[in-house]
Amino acid sequence: MARYIGKRILIAIVTILVILFILFLLLQLMPGSPFNDEKLSAEQIAVLKEKYGLDKPVVVQFLTYVKNMLKGDLGVSYALSPDTPITDLIANRFPVTLKIGFFGMLLGTLTGMLLGFLTAFFKNKVLNVFYNILTLLGVAVPSYLFAMCFSYFLGYRGKLFPLLYDFRSPISSSIMAVVAMSLGVMAVIARFSKAEASDVMKSDYVLFAKCQGLSNTTTILRYVLKNSMMPVITVMASLLVGLLTGSLVIEQMFSIPGVGGLLTNAIAVNDYSVVIALSFVYSVLYIVVMLILDIMYCVIDPRVRLGGKPE
Amino acid sequence: MVAKYVPKKEDFVFASDQVKKSAVKEAVSGVKHETFKRFMAQRSAVFGAVILVLLILLSLVGPYISGHSYDEQNLSYANMAPRVPLLSGLGIFDGSEDVPKTSGTITENKYETLEITDTYYLFGTDSLGRDMFARCFMGLRISLIIAFAATMINLIIGMNYGIISGYFGGATDLIMQRFIDIISSIPTLVVVTLLMLVLQPGMGSIIVALMVSGWFEMSLIARAEVLKVKELEYVQAAKTMGAGHMHIIFKDIVPNIVGKLVTQIMLSIPQAVFLEAFLSFVGLGMPAGTCSLGTLLSDGFKNAMLHPYKLLPAAIIMILLMVGCHMVAEGVKKATE
Repeated sequence: MARYIGKRILIAIVTILVILFILFLLLQLMPGSPFNDEKLSAEQIAVLKEKYGLDKPVVVQFLTYVKNMLKGDLGVSYALSPDTPITDLIANRFPVTLKIGFFGMLLGTLTGMLLGFLTAFFKNKVLNVFYNILTLLGVAVPSYLFAMCFSYFLGYRGKLFPLLYDFRSPISSSIMAVVAMSLGVMAVIARFSKAEASDVMKSDYVLFAKCQGLSNTTTILRYVLKNSMMPVITVMASLLVGLLTGSLVIEQMFSIPGVGGLLTNAIAVNDYSVVIALSFVYSVLYIVVMLILDIMYCVIDPRVRLGGKPE
Repeated sequence: MVAKYVPKKEDFVFASDQVKKSAVKEAVSGVKHETFKRFMAQRSAVFGAVILVLLILLSLVGPYISGHSYDEQNLSYANMAPRVPLLSGLGIFDGSEDVPKTSGTITENKYETLEITDTYYLFGTDSLGRDMFARCFMGLRISLIIAFAATMINLIIGMNYGIISGYFGGATDLIMQRFIDIISSIPTLVVVTLLMLVLQPGMGSIIVALMVSGWFEMSLIARAEVLKVKELEYVQAAKTMGAGHMHIIFKDIVPNIVGKLVTQIMLSIPQAVFLEAFLSFVGLGMPAGTCSLGTLLSDGFKNAMLHPYKLLPAAIIMILLMVGCHMVAEGVKKATE
């Protein structure tokens, strides 16, 4: 297990370095610099460059850059809100994005498991049709289209929820966003848990449990659920990607003051330093969550723990 | 008395190429026929295929059949509600819409106030007076072109990468897979956003961005399939008979992984359409003046509350496209398993 985890961590570190290298290259290639001011003379620019270490060789600059980024010093915003450290900009908004993403994931996972397991256990025709329609829509339709529908029908026409995010009532004003994001997660988790549960129900040990005279409920609760819930962790990693992308648009739609809105605004005003810093934050977040899920799966599944490979 | 059979010389000669070819052909066409039959037996898959064919046809002819061009501006006809012939006589889709005013909501029919009751904008017009019907299907066409192009490039790069990695195995596979490990750990969102910042906005750049972020998924699937097929008896037999790598890969392996690849293609197309729309929302999509499903959606959303008809057609087209692709993908998956 240690070897597997060690390999995963190594890959994660290399990936972060590769990303930093790409971002550094982009920063060099991007037009414009913070010293693009006409009022600055050539000598003043030289002084500024010396101050920020921009007169040193590129390799040294890159190492300084890596050191700063890893320390959490993401640079300064040029255009969006000039001279504000980007770390401060992100720190204010990050909790909101995390909260909405977390609840979207949680709601999606719970409802998805419920739907998937129920359909697998009760081979009910009506339930099956319901499951088919719901999962097809959830998998196929992007979360921002759900968000649009909600905001028009529930928000504007129905007046059930506020159309835009409101600091005074963060819960009721972000319900639509959370639900819209959870639907995609729900569909994938439902499909996966239904397939897993059906497989487990056909397994020898479940048949054996039934032969021993255990009731259906006991078998399901004690054996099927436990064994079919674990693999669901593996799909959660891939869902995270969709969630990240979807949250960007959804945050913009409901004016949620999260990181997504910051990225969109930064793109709109060409504030490259903010875009690049956010790319770094998103990548690290993604890599770390993937790593945690990988390790979790490794700890849970004995096949991986004993030196095999996860399927 | 039965006459004794005397073996002839011809009995010990290999079957002629003609015979061999026709036998193989028969077997192959049998498999193809079976697969096709299994696909057609699934109602949802056929339904999905019909939706896709209709959408593709509409994307070809749609921009020309409404009688208005997709990019011709007519500011005096801006923000017209949908008006459909025949249905307008029944009182629905007659071009009237509820307009909220400070004094309360009033129903207004711009076609009557402008005295153009014989003009029909099937999906209404946008804020510059352009016909939404033509725009929607023009947008669908652009989105489909982007999605098809990106997916085909992904297929070519990913399939070859995956096959080489899986077929040759060993150190080649190890190095190629570590490279994929690293690339796939960078979120698509970040790759696409950064690329769009560097490249000029436009169709080519979007295709490049989608390609860079999407090829490795195809390669993972191709590799996994090759690993499975590689060990089967018939491939081993071909190897023993002295078939070259190229022959084995393209004659023996590729035909057997086509099903999985087609499924992946059908799933990549909606993914590409989704990312294209995402780019438009973030402000990195197709430049102003052109249209795609993404730009239509993001423009439509800006005044969807006042004029919902600007958003709905594009949204419905997109949902149909996505659902259709997924239905066909499911069908192909089940038919080839």
